[in-house]
Amino acid sequence: MSALPLVALVGNPNAGKSALFNALTGARQKLGNYPGVTVERKAGRLALTDGRPVELVDLPGTYSLDPTSPDEQVTRDVILGKQDGEKRPDALVIVVDASNLDNHLRFALELIALGLPTVVALNMVDLATRDGLELDAHILSRELGVPVVSTVAVRKRGLDHLRQELDGLMNGAPRPYAGHGARDFDTVRAEARRIARAAIVRETPSRRLTAAVDRVLLHPVAGFVLLLALLFVMFQAVFSWASAPADMLEGWVTALGEAVTNTLPPGIVHDFLLQGVVGGVGAVIVFLPQILILFFFILILEATGYMARAAFIMDALMARVGLSGRAFIPLLSSFACAVPGIMATRTISDPKDRLTTILIAPLMTCSARLPVYGLIISAFIPARTVGWGIGLQGLVMFLLYVFGIVGALVAAWALRLTVTKGQSSGFLMEMPKYQWPRLQDLLIGLWQRAVIFLKRAGTIILFTNIVLWVLMSFPKAPDGVRQSEYSIAGRIAGGIHLLVEPIGFNRDISLALLPSMAAREVAVSAIATVYAIDAEDDVEALDKGLGERLQGRWSLATALAFLAWFVFAPQCISTIAVTRRETAGWKWTGFMVGYLFVLAYVAAGITYWTAIALGLG
Amino acid sequence: MRLTELPLRQPAYVDLIDWSALTPSEGQRLREYGLCEGASVEALHHGGFLGKGPIACKVGRMTIAMRRTHAAAVTVRTGPDGVGSQDKPA
Ligand SMILES: Nc1nc2c(ncn2[C@@H]2O[C@H](COP(=O)(O)OP(=O)(O)OP(=O)(O)O)[C@@H](O)[C@H]2O)c(=O)[nH]1
Ligand SMILES: [Mg+2]
Repeated sequence: MSALPLVALVGNPNAGKSALFNALTGARQKLGNYPGVTVERKAGRLALTDGRPVELVDLPGTYSLDPTSPDEQVTRDVILGKQDGEKRPDALVIVVDASNLDNHLRFALELIALGLPTVVALNMVDLATRDGLELDAHILSRELGVPVVSTVAVRKRGLDHLRQELDGLMNGAPRPYAGHGARDFDTVRAEARRIARAAIVRETPSRRLTAAVDRVLLHPVAGFVLLLALLFVMFQAVFSWASAPADMLEGWVTALGEAVTNTLPPGIVHDFLLQGVVGGVGAVIVFLPQILILFFFILILEATGYMARAAFIMDALMARVGLSGRAFIPLLSSFACAVPGIMATRTISDPKDRLTTILIAPLMTCSARLPVYGLIISAFIPARTVGWGIGLQGLVMFLLYVFGIVGALVAAWALRLTVTKGQSSGFLMEMPKYQWPRLQDLLIGLWQRAVIFLKRAGTIILFTNIVLWVLMSFPKAPDGVRQSEYSIAGRIAGGIHLLVEPIGFNRDISLALLPSMAAREVAVSAIATVYAIDAEDDVEALDKGLGERLQGRWSLATALAFLAWFVFAPQCISTIAVTRRETAGWKWTGFMVGYLFVLAYVAAGITYWTAIALGLG
Repeated sequence: MRLTELPLRQPAYVDLIDWSALTPSEGQRLREYGLCEGASVEALHHGGFLGKGPIACKVGRMTIAMRRTHAAAVTVRTGPDGVGSQDKPA
């Protein structure tokens, strides 16, 4: 435990705490224009004006110290010093949204009454101005009895002033604190209103931009159609925009492979680099552009304030399956990755709702599935349009996503009728004002995603693939026997093959299934490695792209079954680990893994048998 | 009149809230949103097909969404001062 003074950022959801945290500490915490972005405690270091370090913690937003959901519980525990092994904060920075003052001041008063050294950051003054509101920080400070600093966290305005006030707090100049004792909710609210009124210097009728946009986006019919259209464009774009940069990356990977061949003498080192490293990991890296395009859309949805609207639109449908619109936000986040999606369920108050959402989150198509879908689609689905400029490949991709969403909703419905039965909870949510996404935030977000993806490729994917290469390269097969079958890995895969043969999986797939538990993308690198190893002496085969080689060895029915498997299969250790943590045990984790494997098996089987019956074998 | 029946974009005041129709945590959350007797409200959007979806309304300076079952627990009255109203809807 560090002995540094501890300062906590606290306030209502979406007030800009994390933005302020980033601006003060240089961290890159996730921001988003909807309530419930931050769901755990995050610490960073901040230097006061005299250079003394202070530990600053960013907390989940909450409306009071009476938590109604697990993320709010975190904030309460930290503020009241109940977090295990953590000391109580020495000072508070209360962040309030200037454009929503009466509401945020109520919680601020509750916090000030705790008696800790406190400074108030009057954030988002730019938005207040946009709404025609002018506020006086001095009046506010006088009424609250604590220093108040106007800030615009995202433009780094007011930070120096805030630091100076923190200096004052940390240097122990005690504030003259007029303790109010415990006061009831309504008294505090009335007080907050009075103070907010007093602080308003000028109030001109505002342009109601948000309400005007919402008239379209929240329209019962138009809003729903627009949400679907948005998702459709998103997945079309993943295919069509990515092809040029992906081709370029593929060119680089090929060039790298040739460089290895040209510089190294034939032998084990050469094979290892070419088949295990360049061939395997390279096959995954070419999907970087697709992943970035997906994140580009997700980041925009999060930054504009659309996430809360999506929750609003989906609420009626979610209610049908026993969930609420709020659960749609973690599910949308799971398009990126199920791990943050499952974390985001902490914002759901009802324990059964939350559990159900955790159990279905892995059904949402995460970005790690993109390489697998991308590989199979580009190999087996012709790149032509089906009218109106809609690409067939993008359409199939969209359908796979829809398949995942529908699967998740059906699963939620079934779970709510059986194992997570209970009163369905209501839907209450704050709808933030719209904001333009800031280009800088967008670029930083994309950069972070690229780094994360490349790190994954360079660590877990590379490592798993190296192990696989070794297991696949030995012992050496005699002439006429395929190396991938004769090797240790091949023999293990032979056992798995017996299990999955009925659903149309061949030996290549059987080989890829186990290692892709580490990371789904490994399915792609593993298959690439199998082909590289088997093609060792076949120069012609090596020149062909991975997709082309797949076409030669897999039937369409098998390819489709493989896709169906990946829609459902819980093949990701991180998801399993985070589920265990968030559900506090193995019981529900085991249940989740079990039901998803059963679903995957059945779905792949049905797909395969149907395809065979249709003559696609 | 109930909040569910309030015409869109017509300013109104909260008259009465039937807290017993809400669970304790829902009641707490609504209070924390600033929805209480005397607060100004305005219904902005009705979501969902066939009016089955949630309602978005403005409470003070904030826009919140709630299900119709919650909104039905809120009685409102229209008019600038909350006493009687000239433009009562039909
Ligand atoms: N215009 C403007 N936008 C801001 C300001 N501060 C933050 N934002 C934006 O407001 C949104 C919410 O900011 P966050 O920092 O994520 O809010 P938070 O308080 O951490 O929210 P939770 O983690 O959900 O409690 C983001 O989209 C930010 O980019 C500000 O001063 N002005
Ligand atoms: Mg935050």
